[in-house]
Amino acid sequence: MDAAMNLPILAALPPNASGAAPFPPVKMSVRDLDFFYGEFQALKKINLDIPERRVTAFIGPSGCGKSTLLRTFNRMFELYPEQRAEGSILLDGEDLLTAKQDVALIRARIGMVFQKPTPFPMSIFDNVAFGVRLFESLSTIEMEERVEWALSKAALWDEVKDKLSQGGASLSGGQQQRLCIARGIAIRPELLLLDEPCSALDPISTARIEELIAELKKDYTLIIVTHNMQQAARVSDYTAYMYLGELIEFGETEQMFLKPARRETEDYITGRFG
Amino acid sequence: MTEKHLSSQFDSDLNGVSSQLMEMGGLVETQIQRAIAALANFSTALAEEVVETEEKVDAMEVAIDRALTSVVARRQPAARDLRLLLAISKITTNLERTGDEAHKIAWRVKSIVASGEARKMPIGDLRVASDLAAGLIHRALDAFARLDVAAAMSILKEDDLIDCEFKGFTRKLVTYMMEDPRTISSSLDLLFIAKAVERIGDHAKNVAEFIIYIVNGTDVRHSSLTRIESLVR
Repeated sequence: MDAAMNLPILAALPPNASGAAPFPPVKMSVRDLDFFYGEFQALKKINLDIPERRVTAFIGPSGCGKSTLLRTFNRMFELYPEQRAEGSILLDGEDLLTAKQDVALIRARIGMVFQKPTPFPMSIFDNVAFGVRLFESLSTIEMEERVEWALSKAALWDEVKDKLSQGGASLSGGQQQRLCIARGIAIRPELLLLDEPCSALDPISTARIEELIAELKKDYTLIIVTHNMQQAARVSDYTAYMYLGELIEFGETEQMFLKPARRETEDYITGRFG
Repeated sequence: MTEKHLSSQFDSDLNGVSSQLMEMGGLVETQIQRAIAALANFSTALAEEVVETEEKVDAMEVAIDRALTSVVARRQPAARDLRLLLAISKITTNLERTGDEAHKIAWRVKSIVASGEARKMPIGDLRVASDLAAGLIHRALDAFARLDVAAAMSILKEDDLIDCEFKGFTRKLVTYMMEDPRTISSSLDLLFIAKAVERIGDHAKNVAEFIIYIVNGTDVRHSSLTRIESLVR
């Protein structure tokens, strides 16, 4: 592997005037990533470092490629034969895009939560236990402990502990989304991808999930795609602004929302995007 | 590059609060000019007018803060919009204090007139400094209206002139007081007036610094002129 590939991109940039903190350890490095839907190029030469145990937000208008980028991280796109990614995505230095990587194992390391809650048609307990059973053989007690741990982490335990055998679909939208987050973290992934996790939720459920994100970053690296700029400002430590398949600007969230370096970023976050 | 927001209501909110600031600035300028005229002519009537305008300026400060709070609560501004609103809040405070300084000048003018020593006092030099200070406030407001960093920079440079005038005038007053101790009371009034003029210059300088913050996003307060020049370049 090229030695230069391991260097954090930010190290090459001059330190910013506000005296920003040093960049944390890098969990994932995206290098020269191109992505194609058939003939259409949806991502163009993306270079990005995802900091470990931090929340990174991807923002940008619809169609800018932020969800596409997220979906390359766990090779979700491979479900569709006409889609392909070129370049590299290094998780702890290992390229996820090479053929020798086992997709199932990648998804055990990188969990994902989608825009719409997607509970499986099974009990609340089994929704959480399902993924764990694929990768680990736990005793009944261990499994019960794991499910309780995941549901507690997802701030759902108190609400469902007396009805674990009920169907996942019986829960409210906000509860279903927290159930999906519990399912995502039950396998103890290293990275959790959140694709518009709150867009279908009311403000109270949204606030709960934002609290949860802040809690989860103590143990996990999180990436959130959101259309809600205030949400990105509230929950993330780093923000990436994308437009037309390109990464326009990446930096500390505070800097991005107070004094972005690029005019395009400023126009977007101030609502001047035309 | 688009200048307007997608929401024209947001544009109108921001323009509204900027206009209120300019209106307040206009009132404060009038206060300063009247205070200077009161000093030049030792006019108690003009001094009274300055005092009367004070209430209007105070009310505008409160109204602008209310408008700012509303925009922040309803629009969650970011980046340059946020910087603009934060800066307006600070500029408002500086303008209100500038008004206070004009008020102080007016009050001291009345005191000198009451002492009967007015004709003996050396106010010529003070007029130079006060015209400079009034000019700086005017230019600061103008630079705000145009968000003109170059104009803001020139204000920062010229504030030093007022500081020099102040020092020179203080020395002169000391000589006066030594020569004729009967002028001490009025000389002290003049010293306070000179200090108020010097403070007006400082407020103009603060306004200029906030203009740089709005445009460049760089907080240049408490920095040397050389450093500011390097940051703004």
